[in-house]
Amino acid sequence: VFKRFVEIGRVAFIAFGPHAGKLVAIVDVIDQNRALVDGPCSGVRRQAMPFKCMQLTDFVLKFPHSARQKCVRLAWEKENINEKWAATRWAKKIEARKKKAKMTDFDRYKVMKAKKMRNRIIKHEMTKLQKMASKKGKKPEKPEKSKPEKAQKSEKVPKAQKAQK
Amino acid sequence: GEKAAGKKKPAEKKPAEQKPGQKEAGEKKKKIRRYHASRNPVLARGIGRYSRSAMYARKALYKRKYTAPETKIEKKKKEGPRATIIKPVGGDKNGGSRVVKIRKMPRYYPTEDVPRKLLSHGKKPFCQHKRRLRASITPGTVLILLTGRHRGKRVVFLKQLDTGLLLVTGPLVINRVPLRRAHQKFVIATSTKVDISGVKIPKHLTDGYFKKKKLRKPKHQEGEIFDTEKEKYELTEQRKTDQKAVDSQILARIKKVPQLRGYLRSTFSLTNGVYPHKLVF
Repeated sequence: VFKRFVEIGRVAFIAFGPHAGKLVAIVDVIDQNRALVDGPCSGVRRQAMPFKCMQLTDFVLKFPHSARQKCVRLAWEKENINEKWAATRWAKKIEARKKKAKMTDFDRYKVMKAKKMRNRIIKHEMTKLQKMASKKGKKPEKPEKSKPEKAQKSEKVPKAQKAQK
Repeated sequence: GEKAAGKKKPAEKKPAEQKPGQKEAGEKKKKIRRYHASRNPVLARGIGRYSRSAMYARKALYKRKYTAPETKIEKKKKEGPRATIIKPVGGDKNGGSRVVKIRKMPRYYPTEDVPRKLLSHGKKPFCQHKRRLRASITPGTVLILLTGRHRGKRVVFLKQLDTGLLLVTGPLVINRVPLRRAHQKFVIATSTKVDISGVKIPKHLTDGYFKKKKLRKPKHQEGEIFDTEKEKYELTEQRKTDQKAVDSQILARIKKVPQLRGYLRSTFSLTNGVYPHKLVF
């Protein structure tokens, strides 16, 4: 049922407050609501922080409870948490949201054009395949349908990303 | 000795006369005239020994008649500003001209004088107002027009005119917006800028050029006035040439930026879930 637990070394994402958006490691538990928390590689000083503003991630570090900042830093850098975090879908979604909010009017236009083109290509392929399917019958076409779609999608995705920038 | 009484000395030897005579005349011209003491001895306070006429004789005023003020009178008589003008008048048997006063008497005297206005300060006429321009609007910025027949269109900003209105162009071939004025308040400034550094905008494009013209010759009493006046706007050749002159320069720069042409062709609109206060322009 629960997969991520509050434990010593659990890396958490701070959802709101003055340190919103940063990663921290749980160093110790103070009481039911608060934890001693430290983020040496993400610019968060060692401090008490309520659990409510923390969201647990999948990463766990290995250090003893109440370990000093140096130890936390070593463990963090050994596990390369910053890179691993940037590779997660969670972090990527956050990035995408930020980019979308920063889009200027011109950018929105470019994205609209890119999406339009992409959808056209996809539709075009779909209709092609549907026609083929309706002509030849149902058997051999199903696995082939998905492949050209995915190929077209991968072409358009880098364009959309460029436009988002 | 020479200065004490009267003017002229008694006769002396000839050579001696000439020198002091010349000297005196020369000296008196340079020196300030020394005034004689009162020739009317006082008998009691406020009462003199001699009468008015006696004093006239004693002071030799018969000799001292000055004519200096005459020159002013002559001047006034000569130069005065023209008070009337002669204007020709038509019609038969009218005696072709009338003498018309230039400065006429007031046609109305109010029964009560107009009360004195209280002092105010800082109330300037429109021509002296300070024109401001938002920092986000610089030459070459793409603006979104919000009002008028071109609402929603994206347009290139050229410069601010003297009245504070913004001079703006489509360009015409892209979105059918000509050289036109737009009001700063009814415009969204996007962060997209076209480089208009070398573009020369003709100097005759001022507010007067763009102002709407009104023909008013009220010879007819009523009835036909509303038809004959300009309801339809007519394109003049000058506008066409100016449009071309400006647009040709700008189009070259627009083509350099990819997709900018299509962007200027498109219109801005809001859809569901799009909130202007959350958009970054």
